[in-house]
Amino acid sequence: MADKTLTFVLMDPPYESDRTTTAMRLMHIAASRGYNINVFAYEGAVYLATKGQQPHANAVHGRDVDQENHPVMKDWVVSLIQTAEQNGGRVDWVNCGLCVDERGAQDFVPSTRRGSPADLVTFAENSVNTLVIPVK
Amino acid sequence: MAKKILQIIETAYRATVEEQDDTAVWLTHAMVGAGAQAAVLLRGNAVNYLVPGQESPPVVIGAWRQTHPPALLEDIVKLSEKGVPLFYVSEDLEDRGLDGQQMAASATPVRRNELAAFLSDYDHVWHW
Amino acid sequence: MANYLIIDSRDPFGAADTLFNRQLAADLAAAGHGVALFLVQNGVLAARPCAVSQSLSDLAGQGVEILADEFSLRQRGIPDDGLIDGVKAAPLDVVIDRMCDGHKTIWQ
Repeated sequence: MADKTLTFVLMDPPYESDRTTTAMRLMHIAASRGYNINVFAYEGAVYLATKGQQPHANAVHGRDVDQENHPVMKDWVVSLIQTAEQNGGRVDWVNCGLCVDERGAQDFVPSTRRGSPADLVTFAENSVNTLVIPVK
Repeated sequence: MAKKILQIIETAYRATVEEQDDTAVWLTHAMVGAGAQAAVLLRGNAVNYLVPGQESPPVVIGAWRQTHPPALLEDIVKLSEKGVPLFYVSEDLEDRGLDGQQMAASATPVRRNELAAFLSDYDHVWHW
Repeated sequence: MANYLIIDSRDPFGAADTLFNRQLAADLAAAGHGVALFLVQNGVLAARPCAVSQSLSDLAGQGVEILADEFSLRQRGIPDDGLIDGVKAAPLDVVIDRMCDGHKTIWQ
């Protein structure tokens, strides 16, 4: 099924902008179709896959942790990767190394990897299309 | 042949002190270094990157003093020196009270009504 | 001629720059390119009859296909029959379809 490869460039950290949700929705569609997906997580987007994220309760709504079932972005990332694989595709999720370093975001889920702008260049050359989602 | 990428840079002075760079300009440098064939179109507030006299005042926070504040105009000029074609949207410059003849970097003006044709030259149009 | 997909996530109430997007879309269409404007997130707010929807209506009349993300519309309580003429609700899948078809895709 993986006859198509799309690249997405993300910049937003989680929980700050609707752009993250839209980006994940787009990639979910591609993953469900079994496409190959490249992700270049730049700047704040390197936080999308960091391991230390925790769900929490919601006292305002009287929900405990389990009831709240709060989105944990790294779990979305892992699930996206698994969905693509289950459908015959592959996700290559690169966290821009310098962005990782300056943000102390080194502890990211192992199904993602550290990389550099050279990866973005390779991704763009080898994809059907690339979508940059800027911070606006 | 490498795909031609147009970097439209619009967001300006966003976290440039913390990053000591404009991160879209920086990324363009890095991409070109990795073999990408890129051009840059400055629009919106980013046309201000062409303005002469931009300073790089170092920030002092507590005992920390910045030693490499961003040099945005220099970084734009260096792109040009690397052979990256540099353009700007004329009206965006004019709207901001700037005169294209007095800009500090060599960039080619493109009028808004020329953009449709301009974009046709590129395989990818990435907007920052 | 190329095909373009312009994704607009912002609304004219909060971002004057959306007018640039509209003009670019019109110019591309006038030049003979296939152009679609895909409204998402707060970008769909301009798609209900309101103070800022005229530029969208004008754009539709100039040959630009205007689509609005169904999910974003539902979030904001805008029913399909509450959209201005020339705007159609569409699933986000359209973006993936058009990317795969090689449409130059620009998030403004």
